[in-house]
Amino acid sequence: MSQVGLHHYLVVSALLFSIGLLGVIIRRNVLVIYLSLELMLNAANLALVAFSRFNNNLNGQLIVFFIITVAASEVAVGLALIVALYRKRQTTHVEDLATMRN
Amino acid sequence: MDALFYLFAALTLLCGILVIANPFSNNPVTSAMFLVLTIVSMAGLFVLLHAFFLAAVQVLVYAGAVMVLFLFVIMLLDLKEEQRRSIPLFSAGLGLIAVVAIASVIIGRLWKGPFVNSVDQPTMEGATTVLGTKLFSDYVLPFEIVSLVLLVAMIGAILLSKKELK
Repeated sequence: MSQVGLHHYLVVSALLFSIGLLGVIIRRNVLVIYLSLELMLNAANLALVAFSRFNNNLNGQLIVFFIITVAASEVAVGLALIVALYRKRQTTHVEDLATMRN
Repeated sequence: MDALFYLFAALTLLCGILVIANPFSNNPVTSAMFLVLTIVSMAGLFVLLHAFFLAAVQVLVYAGAVMVLFLFVIMLLDLKEEQRRSIPLFSAGLGLIAVVAIASVIIGRLWKGPFVNSVDQPTMEGATTVLGTKLFSDYVLPFEIVSLVLLVAMIGAILLSKKELK
């Protein structure tokens, strides 16, 4: 293995993104799906910071700063939605929430 | 430095896998705890990339605020019945195949890709100062818009968690 460079970070980022995507696909609990979404956002952040470092350009880090802020507000709204949903239906399991299917 | 990279990368990926598929427990609290570990080891990767401010923000905002919010909600909801259901194997296998295909496409592209790669000159000393200057000069409009997004999210969360939803 050569010196750790941009490629190594990008591979880690791609693997982490795939793990998050797999979590969204296979898990059936809304909360865990939400956690996997956070994982995917973090993978994107890692790729941006790596690009920013290896191109000597700080714009990537600023975009990550904004992504973290927007992710925080997204979590606040999403969790409020999940709590409202749970109050109405008493479940967080996605297969119990398929009322539009039939 | 290289050893640290491999340590943090392995820790990040291992904890990431344990977030989505933990063989020992299906409890969302365990998943959230492993996500905290993932985020902290990713902050280590940020430090290796000389993004010290973002590493601090990652730990403070993600591991501190967002995950505490998650844990509050998980513990607020009564999820006893949820834990007993396991992951359906058939759909898990199909999802695994699809995701492995996507990951191999991305990583295969990465191995070939010509990226501008300037490892040798880390000219970002005192990056936090530069970051702050850029944030309040070039990026002042996005900064203000983000404050508006936070306000809207706050109002939305309060409205959604009211007892009577009209």
